[in-house]
Amino acid sequence: MSLRKRDYPKAWLLVLPVVLIVAFNAVIPLMTVVNYSVQDTFGNNQFFWVGLEWFEEVLHSERFGNALGRQLLFTGLVLAIEIPLGLMIALGLPKSGWRASAYMMLLALPLLIPWNVVGTIWQIFGRIDIGLAGAAINAVGIDYNYTQNAFDAWITVIAMDVWHWTSLVALLCYSGLKSVPEVYYQAAAIDGASRWAIFRFVQLPRLRQVLIIAFLLRFMDSFMIYTEPFVITGGGPGNATTFLSIDLVKLALGQFDLGHAAAMSLIYFLIVLLVCWLFYTIMSVGDSRPEPRQ
Amino acid sequence: MAQIETRALSHSYLPDPDYPADFALKELDLNLLDGHAYALLGPSGCGKSTLLGIISGLLRPTQGEILFDGQDVTHLNARQRHVAEVFQFPVVYETMSVFDNLAFPLKNRGFGREAIAKRVAEVAELLDLSEQLPRKSATLSAGARQLVSLGRGLVRTDVNAILFDEPLTVIDPQEKWRLRTRLKQLHRQSGLTMIYVTHDQTEALTFADTVMVMHEGRILQSGSPSELFERPKHKFVGKFIGSPGMNFLHCQFDGNAAIVDGQSIPLQRPYGTDIDGSSFELGFRPEYCEFSRDGSGIAAQLIDVDCTSRRKIAYLNAAGAKVCVSLPADQEIPADNHRIRIDPQRALLYAAEILVAERP
Amino acid sequence: MKYWKILPRAHVVFILLPVYWLVNMSFKSNQEILSTLSLWPQNFTLANYATILTDPSWYSGYINSLIYVLLNTVISLSVALPAAYAFSRYRFLGDKHLFFWLLSNRMAPPAVFALPFFQLYSSIGLFDTHLAVALAHTLFNVPLAVWILEGFMSSVPKEIDETARIDGYSFPRFFVRIFAPMIASGIGVTAFFCFMFSWVELLLARTLTSVDAKPIAAIMTRTVSASGLDWGVLAAAGTLTIIPGMLVIYFVRNHIARGFAMGRV
Repeated sequence: MSLRKRDYPKAWLLVLPVVLIVAFNAVIPLMTVVNYSVQDTFGNNQFFWVGLEWFEEVLHSERFGNALGRQLLFTGLVLAIEIPLGLMIALGLPKSGWRASAYMMLLALPLLIPWNVVGTIWQIFGRIDIGLAGAAINAVGIDYNYTQNAFDAWITVIAMDVWHWTSLVALLCYSGLKSVPEVYYQAAAIDGASRWAIFRFVQLPRLRQVLIIAFLLRFMDSFMIYTEPFVITGGGPGNATTFLSIDLVKLALGQFDLGHAAAMSLIYFLIVLLVCWLFYTIMSVGDSRPEPRQ
Repeated sequence: MAQIETRALSHSYLPDPDYPADFALKELDLNLLDGHAYALLGPSGCGKSTLLGIISGLLRPTQGEILFDGQDVTHLNARQRHVAEVFQFPVVYETMSVFDNLAFPLKNRGFGREAIAKRVAEVAELLDLSEQLPRKSATLSAGARQLVSLGRGLVRTDVNAILFDEPLTVIDPQEKWRLRTRLKQLHRQSGLTMIYVTHDQTEALTFADTVMVMHEGRILQSGSPSELFERPKHKFVGKFIGSPGMNFLHCQFDGNAAIVDGQSIPLQRPYGTDIDGSSFELGFRPEYCEFSRDGSGIAAQLIDVDCTSRRKIAYLNAAGAKVCVSLPADQEIPADNHRIRIDPQRALLYAAEILVAERP
Repeated sequence: MKYWKILPRAHVVFILLPVYWLVNMSFKSNQEILSTLSLWPQNFTLANYATILTDPSWYSGYINSLIYVLLNTVISLSVALPAAYAFSRYRFLGDKHLFFWLLSNRMAPPAVFALPFFQLYSSIGLFDTHLAVALAHTLFNVPLAVWILEGFMSSVPKEIDETARIDGYSFPRFFVRIFAPMIASGIGVTAFFCFMFSWVELLLARTLTSVDAKPIAAIMTRTVSASGLDWGVLAAAGTLTIIPGMLVIYFVRNHIARGFAMGRV
């Protein structure tokens, strides 16, 4: 496989459609947001410059702080559960055969359900009047009601996310495991390695790349979560499950508090970009090891 | 240390084998001596890797038994058999240093820290890896990795045999030569039984004391490199060994001489009078024939000439078959009227592709 | 190592349980749902499905969703293919920066874009059209498509391009007849992920539509806030949205592992 790329300035023509479409969808709206974030209005469509006031207001706002706090807690919990769980599931999956195919299909199922339906499924499942889980939990004597109790709401939302996205981690790890050449297992057997040693020295190093991608994707998507918790709890009870996106949409589309929402949007986007950039850098401290001929 | 024996060993990869063709290995009875260096040589698909897998314990044979020092180990797995193996692909534990790689098998077997350090130092010295011990194994070249793989085998004190599965495949040509010499050296120094699987005859012939040529699941001939060169027992062995391989021409046999294309070549061997066979062939190596300058010999048409720095190889058509003649680079090939003279001392008679044995 | 196998099995049961409950509910009448809690329908009924399949205000939602999802897949693939080719074969001014900028759009929170998109698409008269949603979804689908396709394309040797040029193929002909078949599985994987991310998204789809192009997701969430909620119909609507996903999974089931192996979801 030759690695030379030709110098070809006209290649821009091939890239142009993509640039135009993404610029239209990304640059223009962002410019709008930046615009709103540094201006204020008296309400009659007249705007005046206020500099960084909105940003200061957001950063000092208790509401933003709370939403950010909830979001970080949610993302942290979800990552802590889904990554190890997905990995462990992948370790138990068969390497080939019809069983492997069947597992692929079943695991992929939650990933292809529209997010609002995911929300609806869990909204129903957790209700104490019509939901299997809700009723069953109360039937064994535990008091559970996600519409009234903040803790129960959190449990429900987290269970929903684990249900929804663990498959992604599992499938990514599974594909990573498949890339381990059989020779390594054979050599480890001859070297007398224990199951744990095989995991630590043969499998885990190969999973590094994949785990980083899984971590990155789950961080991003859980940090931006909107639909599912909105459908289940609407952000409640009270504010208990109002994460960043839900709060932002309330401000922007609900209250039309444009300046505040715009500043919050930019801070939000920046946080995500920063964390992603950090991980991208770690990821590209990559490994180029020779691969066996398969 | 181990003497390895197999009895009626055969193996099939299919769940329900019926025909001989279903078997990757057919009825092998082997006796491998302790401390010897063996090569399993053969083309792809001949069963050599299967045999190696059975010896190492990574593969369980469909039928038959395998014994180490007289004990049946057929049902023991790799870990229990005390063998080490170096694979085609250089396996190192990339997150570990060279030292830790070499220490790994000992750690798994519960050795103490001091014992490990001592043993690792010994083996590193043997392999000329002492300077590399602290290095991360991920940074090593393919050749160095193979040495580390080998080291993991040498470092164990309980090893019966070291198996090699085409270990030089991914190594660069320059390193290949160095490694080959090193392996031979190591065999002499360690005195372990070594079994080396390869399709490359140069590797096999330089490494092993005894070479076993395999074809379609059977061992056709087992002997020293010179035996295989001078007296191939089977047409396949004759053609496989040597570069280029042995020439074979159909002939008649009158009890004393082989008759090719009307020419009579008196074979100076006591064949006896009761040789009965059809499809006789005369086998002779390109090195043991020449262009005749006096008009005698078998007529041939010259097709092509290949020149290297030391020898010329002429490709000809003679008596309906392709024939090679190997001559020193400075010798001239006649311009026309090519005729081949075969050295009768070195020519062998084959019947139905098998070497006809002489009367003792 | 037996306990390793228990975990995937348990997780699959965990996955199927809420789905089973939804399907179960879809075959019950609303009365039955509210009155008793049964593991299977006491009075099996198809009335909920009938409602959806005969009421345009319901089934139009599915049609709308499918339209903009397909539209989005076509648009994303069409613009991504040449761009990915350029990234894979050529060096040009700003190529690395451009690539990274594209990827960064995958990291954009849709919530940030909800209001701006609303204003933008309204201002160009595309509010409440399928095209609007299809275009809006390209924000994250096009970078993804370029990323995945570039990966597949880079594994095709450049010698093939040169050989084709020497043999006299024009670029479009070469692309369609020689190159595309070689990256067929890459195109398939990309189409799959474009479909997936567009089909499941709610926020932007709901923000940009109101009546004409209203996706099923919006219709279902509207139903939630309406009074006199019919759980049976809602469950049936939800079950129907799972079917396209299941079909797609079934068709690509053997390529799922390979697609994820690209490591480029």
